Amino acid sequence: MSFRARALSFAYGLDTATFDLPTSGFVTIAGPNGAGKSTLLGIMAGLRHPYKGECTYRGIEIRRWRRRDFARQVAFLPQSMKLEFPFTAEQVVFMGRAPYADGWFESQKDHEAVARAMATTDTAAFAARDFRSLSGGEKQRVILASALAQEPDTLLLDEPTTFLDLKHQLAMYKLLSSLSKRMLVVAVTHDLNLALRFSDSVIVMESGRIAAHGPPNEALAPTLIDRVFGIHSELRDGWLIYDA
Amino acid sequence: MTRSVWLSLAILLAVAIATPLIGSSHIELRRALAGVSPDHEILFYARLPRVLLALLAGAALSLTGVLFQCLLRDPLAEPYTLGISSGGSVGAVIGICFGLPAIGLLSLAGAGIALLIVLGIAFEGRRLSSFTLLLAGVTMNSISLAIVLFLHNLASFSQSFAISRWLMGGLDAVPYSTLAWLAAAVIPVCVLVIARSRQWNLLAVGEEWASSRGLSTTTYTVLGYIAGSFLTGIVTSLTGPIGFVGLIVPHALRLKLGADHRMLMPCSFLLGAAFLAVCDALSRTVIAPTEIPVGVVTALAGGPFFIWLLRSKRRSLWL
Repeated sequence: MSFRARALSFAYGLDTATFDLPTSGFVTIAGPNGAGKSTLLGIMAGLRHPYKGECTYRGIEIRRWRRRDFARQVAFLPQSMKLEFPFTAEQVVFMGRAPYADGWFESQKDHEAVARAMATTDTAAFAARDFRSLSGGEKQRVILASALAQEPDTLLLDEPTTFLDLKHQLAMYKLLSSLSKRMLVVAVTHDLNLALRFSDSVIVMESGRIAAHGPPNEALAPTLIDRVFGIHSELRDGWLIYDA
Repeated sequence: MTRSVWLSLAILLAVAIATPLIGSSHIELRRALAGVSPDHEILFYARLPRVLLALLAGAALSLTGVLFQCLLRDPLAEPYTLGISSGGSVGAVIGICFGLPAIGLLSLAGAGIALLIVLGIAFEGRRLSSFTLLLAGVTMNSISLAIVLFLHNLASFSQSFAISRWLMGGLDAVPYSTLAWLAAAVIPVCVLVIARSRQWNLLAVGEEWASSRGLSTTTYTVLGYIAGSFLTGIVTSLTGPIGFVGLIVPHALRLKLGADHRMLMPCSFLLGAAFLAVCDALSRTVIAPTEIPVGVVTALAGGPFFIWLLRSKRRSLWL
């Protein structure tokens, strides 16, 4: 087991959530705006506190983890990133090595991990470019590469495809799906069809509570979708079709 | 990568050797070294202490500029953004208005009080974000400047002149003992700040970014703010607020070297020193024997240079 939450609550947006997550696989978190998806992810990433209830990672309460040790196990990807300064894509990726950094210069191991991360995300081609000059899709891949450079066991992603076109959305989910064979990937998403198609399990949230948690075809049953999102939907050939 | 640091060091050494020999009256190095009057006195008691002060002040201010720009993730931040130097000015102006001795120490005390007030306002429980730090600092700045204006308004004619001179900032020859303690205070703090360059890189991206990579952001933001305030407070207690150094040197170097603080910080430290010493040499010589306030020179020499650099971004200059 990786994450274990019991009656997990936060001042706003999260109310007595209880769940267990495995150590690998692809988990998506879906739900309407304000349902508490990002709050939940933020608590799991150690970025939102104080929380009430229990939330452990590998048996240790999140707030008790040493930040640096935690960062070697759990990587968090923000929805987007605005940089004020001219860091290159490669420098951004190298920052993923911070939890392992001892000295002033990067080690051989750091270089190897960064090269692997950039190969996996296909970002080596623009390594030397100013991050700010990259397209939305390229930026998102560089941020992912930086997270992979942390060599984590768990990836937490807050709406990783918001700024991507269709082709890049699919590519991102395929990549996450293949990564989830060897690590836990948890992604907040608004795209129910991507969740349905790629994830191993789905958490559906509704006003701070977990409305459903299970395999995608169960958690994303049209009756539940209709209630939670206030729409009309049906499942056709394995795809959710929406209709207001 | 390290080539830029060596080049910066070489430029600094050249400036440090050349600028004491430049001034309104001509001196000969051989006579000065042989102890012949007045060359000896001009070199060792007028120019050299002043050049050393310029070097230390320039290094500290431009390093603080880089640090504050990083902590606030605001390219327009400078050492004076967060209220420390205006707190120092309140101390100095109170000293001038009430005829107290040791204006420098009063300025230092004012800066220290401003630092404590800003930290006190900015902390929310045990956490501190750069955003509340910025708000607290900018507010502190406005309040301090209002107090300075108020006191200035009440001051007599001669006090008013002294206040204006202080607020303009400037370099004067100070005793070697003062320089020694300034160096003993400034250099170790600068070294400590530069040694944390990798951590500043993370904070320059964002607080969540740094935090999710294992950094304690509150600790680093507070320590960075205290270190930068210490440097700014101590330098401005001797020079008054000299503008532009902390803004232009970091920016010019960022254009040339990129954002990696491991390169940016040592080079800003070295070339900030060189830049202020050159500006001081210009201020002493351009319309000699009248001196131009060095803050005017930093802006007049630095501004156009910076604009040229911005426009020729793609061309390599010297780094």
